[in-house]
Amino acid sequence: MERVAEQDSLLQGYRVLDLTDEKGLLCGRILGDFGADVIKIESPGGDNARNNPPFYKDDPDSEKSMFWFYTNFNKKGMTLNIETEEGIEIFKKLVKRSHFVIESFEPGYMDSLGLSYKQLEEVNPGIIMTSITPFGQTGPYAHYKVTDLISQAMGGLVYILGDSDRPPTRISEPQAFFQGGLQGALGSMVAHYYRVMTGEGQHVDVSIQQAVVLTLMMEVEYWDILKFNYRGEGCGFVYSRPQGQLFHRRVFPCKDGYVYYMMGGGAQIGLIASSKAMVELANREGMALELKDYDWTKYDLMTADQKETDHMLDLVAEFLITKSKAELAAAAAANNIFLAPCYDMKDSGESSQLKARDFWVEAEHPDLGEAITYPGAAMKVSQCPWQVYRRAPLIGEHNEEIYIEELGFSREKLVMLKSKNVI
Amino acid sequence: MSSKGVVVNQVFEGVKVADFSWVAVGPHIGRELAEHGATVVRVESHKRPDMLRTGPPFKGGITDVNHSAFGAAYNTCKYGISLDLNKPRSKEVAARLVKWADVITESMVPGTMAKWGLDYENCCKIKPDIVYLSTCQQGQYGPYAKLPGFGAFSALMGGYSFITGWPDRNPAVLWNNYTDFISCWYCAIAVIGALLHRKKTGKGTYIDLAQIEAGLTFLGPAALDYMASGRIPVRSGNHDTYMAPHNVYPSRGKDSWIAIAISSEEEWQSFCRVIGEPEWSKQGRFSTFITRKENEDELDGLIAGWTINYTAEQVMVMMQEKSVPAGMVEKGQDLFYDPQLKHREHLRFLQHTVIGRHAYNAPAYKLSKTPCYIWKAAPCLGEDNLYVYQDILGFSEDEISDLIVEGVITTEADVPESMKG
Repeated sequence: MERVAEQDSLLQGYRVLDLTDEKGLLCGRILGDFGADVIKIESPGGDNARNNPPFYKDDPDSEKSMFWFYTNFNKKGMTLNIETEEGIEIFKKLVKRSHFVIESFEPGYMDSLGLSYKQLEEVNPGIIMTSITPFGQTGPYAHYKVTDLISQAMGGLVYILGDSDRPPTRISEPQAFFQGGLQGALGSMVAHYYRVMTGEGQHVDVSIQQAVVLTLMMEVEYWDILKFNYRGEGCGFVYSRPQGQLFHRRVFPCKDGYVYYMMGGGAQIGLIASSKAMVELANREGMALELKDYDWTKYDLMTADQKETDHMLDLVAEFLITKSKAELAAAAAANNIFLAPCYDMKDSGESSQLKARDFWVEAEHPDLGEAITYPGAAMKVSQCPWQVYRRAPLIGEHNEEIYIEELGFSREKLVMLKSKNVI
Repeated sequence: MSSKGVVVNQVFEGVKVADFSWVAVGPHIGRELAEHGATVVRVESHKRPDMLRTGPPFKGGITDVNHSAFGAAYNTCKYGISLDLNKPRSKEVAARLVKWADVITESMVPGTMAKWGLDYENCCKIKPDIVYLSTCQQGQYGPYAKLPGFGAFSALMGGYSFITGWPDRNPAVLWNNYTDFISCWYCAIAVIGALLHRKKTGKGTYIDLAQIEAGLTFLGPAALDYMASGRIPVRSGNHDTYMAPHNVYPSRGKDSWIAIAISSEEEWQSFCRVIGEPEWSKQGRFSTFITRKENEDELDGLIAGWTINYTAEQVMVMMQEKSVPAGMVEKGQDLFYDPQLKHREHLRFLQHTVIGRHAYNAPAYKLSKTPCYIWKAAPCLGEDNLYVYQDILGFSEDEISDLIVEGVITTEADVPESMKG
């Protein structure tokens, strides 16, 4: 698992010390993807995030967490107990040789160890310290406890999702902490640019709550201008109109799953041809015949009748259920119909588009005796293509490389530190 | 002194961005850089306005291209110009802009920029070291690259609808086109990296971000699980395989909700003390995570019977005082009163030329030495034409008049009838 061609990477030669837990792991992962030399510093015995599911082949072993695999990909790993005096000294030695420190401890914890930004700045004036916490370093909620669900809720994401006749819902896979990690990487890059220009580091203080608020599209604007709170409406949208609301269904079952279809016309000029093409498609199979000569220029979301809308969509739905996702997607592409298949992970895994772009990549896990397929690059960069540098580290995998080869510790000292629970 | 007339310590001072993008993902990139000191020129046309400009919410119900706060949302600190790229003479104007720029961003359907002679290869001829970012749903190449659609499609084909909502119901629509708000931050990171790479090597960079791919990176652990075990992640309402209780419960007030998630035995004990240790909480069927998970629906009902007596804020405060993870399900309105967001100065109110004073989101990170500087509301379409064409691109007043007469610089008269207020 040796690093290849790292001279071509955007962050080549920059070192990151990653102290984060699940709340901030993605930040270092992203910097690692760009070729930074990221060292995940774990407490002796390994980080808690190693207990996060899912596990490889459902084997709950701390070396088999796939949450860990994914969020620590392209990082090296070492163990160090920063709650000991020796540990703090070693950490400061590393800070001297590094460019970024990322942490996600409760605000005040780093300070209590003598490792606040101010103290690290004295060790290395160019250091960038990025803190990723649920609410930021200060403020009334700064010490509140969260899980991903709580962060999705307090960032406003839960309220806009789900069905209106039930409690609003989160996205069923963790998202909020990834949003925090992504914002951490962005803030770190802005600070890094400034450091390259001036030599000065700084403290980057990320709020996961704010990171979630930034995903709400125009929820803030809706309240600000219209005093209206958008609420999740399940498989469709609700249009607010003077004469009353219109529920407009968008997700429909098909033969092997679901598709999204947007019926429309009238002022939404672009949808007239699409709606007509959809009906023609159904007509060819002898379905939705009563819509054969429907005048779509007269169907407008702002004036449409609920009963008529439901009836027309029922007719389309009867056709959709007879076809597969792939059949409908192909027909939509051929006839410019506003329809998209609702992909599950299997569909994504088999997508010809993703295959054509080599999105999925294999990474060897020699210790498991096989390779695992990973989602690849978030983007294609011409000068410095994304690559697999290494799978996530095993516990203390790079201890020797860092302590002995780099810091020049003797093997005896390593043993001593181990016995004192420093590493 | 910066061009804005104030002395500020800004990270990207001197970086110039020509923003040919539209809708959400593209415009966010220039905004991020502009709020940290870059000079960003957003190029638009009255003939085919950004679809966000024609969507609600409209100030005062005026549905023209300048009154939508949605159209304004991602364009703070930019200079807005109007230019019809379909006019032959626009080539000369666009070339000057490309020559001026360090960064070009675009989010058109693949092929559109090439049609205008503004694709990466052509821009390189004008500016060999340009940093050029393209973003679209499916990516610049591949069998589906030109599939029609909009933001909602990426959330569907990125796999998010399928895992949002209830197991006994159809997948839910993600109203916010969620994957847009993964893609845009990755784009900004890549552009900053490319600028630094150029500084070091003198070379430009081309970046191709497919929003579906960026979206899938946020489903990484579930994707690995599928690849290794064949398990397809599903919708689970608010339940979690590894925590119980873990749900959204009703609280006092209209459509008001509180999220509670118990991740350890210690938190469960604290939780029980907060709710007054009712008889049921001591029963064997709720004593361990395993039994709570087995009796989860009953447990949820009992908890809901307690939470409904208090406001969401009251429950949150009671729980958090005992270190139990709980939080209000915040609505749009709540974001304006949330004391933490206020403390972080998350919402910034700026004076827009026609919308008036209205709210914008600030970045989620605070920089200790170079804080963001959000000084200018989004421009009306073409609002900064004079400044940009004259002071930045060096056209004379006569030349600008000619460009307007020829329709190269578009005006409100060019807005299609159906989009006029």
